[in-house]
Amino acid sequence: MNTLLKLLSNRWTLGLIVIALVCLVPIVITSKYWMHVFILILIWSIAALSLNLIMGYTGQANLAHGGFFGIGAYATALLMLKLNLGFWPALLLAALITSVVGFLIGLPTLRTKGSYFAIGTLCFNVIVFIAAERWESLTGGARGVIGIPPPSPISLPFGIVVKFSTLSGMFYLSFFLLLVTLFIKYRIVHSLVGRSFMAVRESEDLTSSIGIDTMKTKIISFVTSVFIVSLSGSLYAVYIGFLDPEIASHHVTFEVLLFVVLGGIGTIAGPIIGTIIVTLLGEMLHFLEAFRLVAYGLVLVLVIIFMPQGLMGGIRSLQQKIAARDM
Amino acid sequence: MDLLFQQTLNGIMVGSVYALVALGLTLEYGILHIPNFAHGVLYTLGAYLTFLAVAALGYNYWLAMACAMLVLAVMGIVIDRLVYQPLIAAPHLNSFIAAIGLIYIFKAGMLIIWGPDFKRFPPINEEVINFFGATVTIQRIIIVLVTAVLIVLLNLFIKKTMAGMSIEALAQDREGALLAGINVKRVETMVFAVGSAMAAVAAALISPIFLVYNTMGDAVILKAFVIIILGGMGSIPGAVIGGYIIGLIESLGGAYLSTDYNEIVAFAILIGVLAVKPTGLFGTRAH
Repeated sequence: MNTLLKLLSNRWTLGLIVIALVCLVPIVITSKYWMHVFILILIWSIAALSLNLIMGYTGQANLAHGGFFGIGAYATALLMLKLNLGFWPALLLAALITSVVGFLIGLPTLRTKGSYFAIGTLCFNVIVFIAAERWESLTGGARGVIGIPPPSPISLPFGIVVKFSTLSGMFYLSFFLLLVTLFIKYRIVHSLVGRSFMAVRESEDLTSSIGIDTMKTKIISFVTSVFIVSLSGSLYAVYIGFLDPEIASHHVTFEVLLFVVLGGIGTIAGPIIGTIIVTLLGEMLHFLEAFRLVAYGLVLVLVIIFMPQGLMGGIRSLQQKIAARDM
Repeated sequence: MDLLFQQTLNGIMVGSVYALVALGLTLEYGILHIPNFAHGVLYTLGAYLTFLAVAALGYNYWLAMACAMLVLAVMGIVIDRLVYQPLIAAPHLNSFIAAIGLIYIFKAGMLIIWGPDFKRFPPINEEVINFFGATVTIQRIIIVLVTAVLIVLLNLFIKKTMAGMSIEALAQDREGALLAGINVKRVETMVFAVGSAMAAVAAALISPIFLVYNTMGDAVILKAFVIIILGGMGSIPGAVIGGYIIGLIESLGGAYLSTDYNEIVAFAILIGVLAVKPTGLFGTRAH
């Protein structure tokens, strides 16, 4: 029993077990509805993780994340439909486009701090939404973009063909990209770049006084974060197959923010846990309609006042209390 | 020429509303140094309350406006005491998040009570008068006049009364104000009451002309933020001048340029200004 506990407390073993369990999900779960919910959780987890990079680790309240999600989704859809690109080139090209836009917006807005940055990015999000709604010749306006095809199948050696038109194919694709995101994030957080992100979060003045270029650090964090959110936008576009301007609006930003805050700002697993909880609760409480949004709001306010580090922070302080009692 | 004059009048009218909303925001920012994103939903609530009092309860328009002000002032106090005060020592990020939570609560709450439909006021002050060749309704003139009076009153309140001076003292130097024996909490609560009441007036003034609906505050609050960034956060003259400038740019831009992208002009200006001067046009220091 003790060795089992020790094995479980090792992060890597625990991680591998979780990965193996998640891989079993499409085999065990036969309900289409639940598969749909799980795929959405995977896609939104990527978005939440990317927001956490700029907000949780670098301390910059980027309120344009829904806009960048939308840019990634629209870019993928339009590249695939108008230029007949395949999914994979479209995925990468969309991420590049989103990164360039992020870089151009980051240059003026990241020069500002705190509230100014939050408001500047929120305004950009509104610009993206209005552009998606009114630029009819490109985005189809309020009618949106329809008929986005699923990624074409990949042939592997030994005659195995991976199809993405099925739910389980989409599930594995999303899970794969989530793992890639987690890996990138883990590597960044434990590198010198990640340390400088956190240094900027703690104190920008102090960080620049020891010779770190804070502007460059913030730009790197911002562009990486929008690159990743574009990936989740692409997944959303090909999975749902339909986009309307609402997917680029600040409501998306707020929802992703809720995932991150509830799970735990500045933790690796927090955003995923937050996404799982909010999405599952949202599905279960669908019948409550607008009351559900009131509940979202209450959760945000209460969590930020009483548990500012989210569920992960709450668990951590509980662990510390137990450890202190055992001593 | 007529179009120019008519649009200028329109710009001043819309600018008055922006100025009132921005004034409340800038006061709150000056004291607490947090952007109160929830100010916009209070504006919407103010419009609904005025509508409720006029259309359902049959109150006189001015009485309805006063009721909306009173309710909103109380709401401002409650929000400050329950949400913003406990977060005063936490990082600013936490206050933004709390504000977003408040937006959810109020917006969904109003959706439950009043539904998604647009509400139209019964005709109020719709008599038309001829004003140097342009035709304006009385209500439009009322908007401009009431705003001007309120701006003057607010200025007198801040410069001449003890309570008002304590607001200014707190905005300038928090520790200094504490040392001078100012009850900081009480001043903060007062600012929230005054700011929210001003949002109610702005909404009560404009909603008989436009319609009342759930998302009416979204664009207004963002523009108010643009205004206070341009005017320097916490600056009262900045909020007033910025309000009229954005109102004029919008109505003239809408008439002579494109109506499709009219709404994003203000936001594009903001990002442009931030690129050149991160502290805003009249701002002196970054927070």
